[in-house]
Amino acid sequence: MIRNILIGVLAAGVIGTGVWGYNEHQEKEALVIQGENTYQRAFHDLTYRVDLINDELGSTLAMNSKERLSPSLSEVWKITSEAQNDIGQFPLVLSSFSKTEEFLYKLGEFSYRHAVRDFDEEPLTEDEYENLQTLYSQSEEIQTEMRNVQSKVLKDDVRWMDINDQLQAQDEPLDNSIIDGFHIIDEKVGAFSEVDFGAGDSHLSSNAKEIAENLSGEEINEEEARDKAAKFLDSGNKGNIDIEMAGEGLEYEAYTVTVPDEKHDTTTTMDITKKGGHAVWMLNEREVEEQKISLSEASEKAKAFLERNEYDSMQLVDSKQYDNIGVFEFVVLKDDVRIYSDAIVLEVALDQGDVIGFEAFPYLANHKKDRDLEVSLTQEEAEENLNPHLDVKEHHLGVIENQLEEEVLCHEFYGVIDKDTFRIFINAKSGREEVVQKMQNPERIFKG
Amino acid sequence: MKWYKGKTIQQLLFYITFVCLFTMALPVDTDAFSDQVVQKGATGEDVVELQARLQYNGYYEGDIDGVFGWGTYWSVRNFQEKFELEVDGLVGQKMKGMLEKATEFDKEFVHRMLREGREFTYYGGVDKNIQKGPKGGKDKEDPKPKKDTQETKQPAKEKAPDQAAPEPPAEAETPEEGTPKRYPGEDIPDETPAPEEAVPQEDDGVSIQKAVNVPEGYSDNDINIMAQAVHGEARGEPHVGKVAVAAVILNRVQSPTFPNTVTDVIFEPRAFTAVADGQIWLTPNEDAKKAVLDAINGQDPTGNALYYFNPDTATSAWIWGRPQIKQIGKHVFCE
Repeated sequence: MIRNILIGVLAAGVIGTGVWGYNEHQEKEALVIQGENTYQRAFHDLTYRVDLINDELGSTLAMNSKERLSPSLSEVWKITSEAQNDIGQFPLVLSSFSKTEEFLYKLGEFSYRHAVRDFDEEPLTEDEYENLQTLYSQSEEIQTEMRNVQSKVLKDDVRWMDINDQLQAQDEPLDNSIIDGFHIIDEKVGAFSEVDFGAGDSHLSSNAKEIAENLSGEEINEEEARDKAAKFLDSGNKGNIDIEMAGEGLEYEAYTVTVPDEKHDTTTTMDITKKGGHAVWMLNEREVEEQKISLSEASEKAKAFLERNEYDSMQLVDSKQYDNIGVFEFVVLKDDVRIYSDAIVLEVALDQGDVIGFEAFPYLANHKKDRDLEVSLTQEEAEENLNPHLDVKEHHLGVIENQLEEEVLCHEFYGVIDKDTFRIFINAKSGREEVVQKMQNPERIFKG
Repeated sequence: MKWYKGKTIQQLLFYITFVCLFTMALPVDTDAFSDQVVQKGATGEDVVELQARLQYNGYYEGDIDGVFGWGTYWSVRNFQEKFELEVDGLVGQKMKGMLEKATEFDKEFVHRMLREGREFTYYGGVDKNIQKGPKGGKDKEDPKPKKDTQETKQPAKEKAPDQAAPEPPAEAETPEEGTPKRYPGEDIPDETPAPEEAVPQEDDGVSIQKAVNVPEGYSDNDINIMAQAVHGEARGEPHVGKVAVAAVILNRVQSPTFPNTVTDVIFEPRAFTAVADGQIWLTPNEDAKKAVLDAINGQDPTGNALYYFNPDTATSAWIWGRPQIKQIGKHVFCE
């Protein structure tokens, strides 16, 4: 009797487990298929878009009318960014397709640059036309390879999930024609002779690279870097300062210095460049307590900190309070011109008023002694180029980096349209509207 | 004589103190500013009072939200210009004194409105009861409660706070710009004034702000997503290490070989382990949030790193081959 009951219970258990297992399996399959479909879509979209890019570039070559050239190039620009997005969805390791992604990015930049320019004033030069031709033939090569991989994918019924697993497992030499196909594409793109993408593709050069080029001064040794850090932080105790050289991955040589902050029982870390001994950034580890001093008092402290460290003639251009921390942006003021590209950001703790953060990347990358600060347009002349709806409230002169990453001297206007504040930079030489920026309003707190 | 004179002065002082105490204590509801200078970008009680007082005499038409943004800045300048003060946008003792003299500030009322999250205005000469919106304000009665989760998926671009508020604000009509004119009460009748005492008084120490500062180009939700990623990736790291991870996310956004928005970078397949194993859904702590703010404000302890890995667990030969920049905490950052 008992035996029969036991058998019954066990049988029920086995069947139950079976059903449960089957359901789990079904669910997992559904998820895998869903993931697979996302990958498939990204891949086929990408091949399609590479096709489109090729077509569109081809047609720009045949175009003579300026009215058509701009829209066509902006179309290329749009498709390249969509294609980049597709690559972002890819299951492949980041490295295997980076050259192609970079190519797409550069192509996008190139087409944008030319799409926004006025072809009536500056028609396409012979060199630029040749560039377009080269790009066209290169995109054709990528297209062919992509088509090749795509046909393999379709023929062999390849599942990206499997490829992904293989890659993840880091198996021995992958004998996989698909991945090889991708490597071939990437290598080809990497080997393309550099097209001159026009006006220096500086977008690709980072701040770090610019810093490396712009640093000035004598090289300092570890001991001097220690002194420098102690002086910068106004810390008397030099004994416990840790110092380390940053690795070769950094574009410029720098020491990473860790200084104990005995007052708060914590540490401060900062980078000092080897050449010239300039402070790059500084961060204090401590936790900030409740706010005790006002933002404006804190801005005085920030200013004093800069002056103590011999950053002269800096002007506060923006301040913001984040709960118990004040963030201040200072720029160089030269002959009453705000040099926005030479910016330094400071963070001040609003409990005790000490500086807990410092960063001078833009300052180090751009700071120069001599700048051309000659305006050819007066404020009134520049104002004529503004939108008539704008109610102008404030005016300054400022040097900024425009979209093409060139430094330009501008008239800076703050104005209001309805409830919103705008900042508009008008080139002080050409009268061009360089940057129009809607200033951010405070954000309402959403209570989830 | 000398003694007598001294006594008069003493008496005088006594009277002055008395009168001072009396006048300060008498209007129970009016509260005075702290003695700190208020400048653009500040948040907190002083800003609430400043906005309320400016609105009281018609200089400020925006929300009373406790954040000294551009709207408040122009109002302050406008006020300074009208009254021939130095036009610098800084609210110092002189301007505060003038505001205190010319306007009333019902701290209890304003703070209660803010705590209850109501839409309200504070124009002088208008019955307060008709200036307050429905309880709970727009936030809670938002017809599309999913809205802010959807927004986090969008690229980090400026969005005005109004966008997220589908209902038109129940606000008194705005008086003519700049003229400090009193305002007759003849607008939107509210629901019958709710029983005032029903609301328990909360401690004033809690944040009464209705808005927060956000860095140019980011929303508070973007910051939260990043904070989640940083928390998931670098819990237990020193603050510098967290800032470094946040900086890597931002460096990737800038880099041509990575996606172009913060969320795309974070959720890119196989980019971050915290995303892959679900640790990104842990609630971030304050330190993670501060690290994100540091990074957004330009801080980058890595000097433009695009990758990092934990040398104890990383097996990929490829990642070891990248030119290394430095080790911070447990992570090695590389180009």
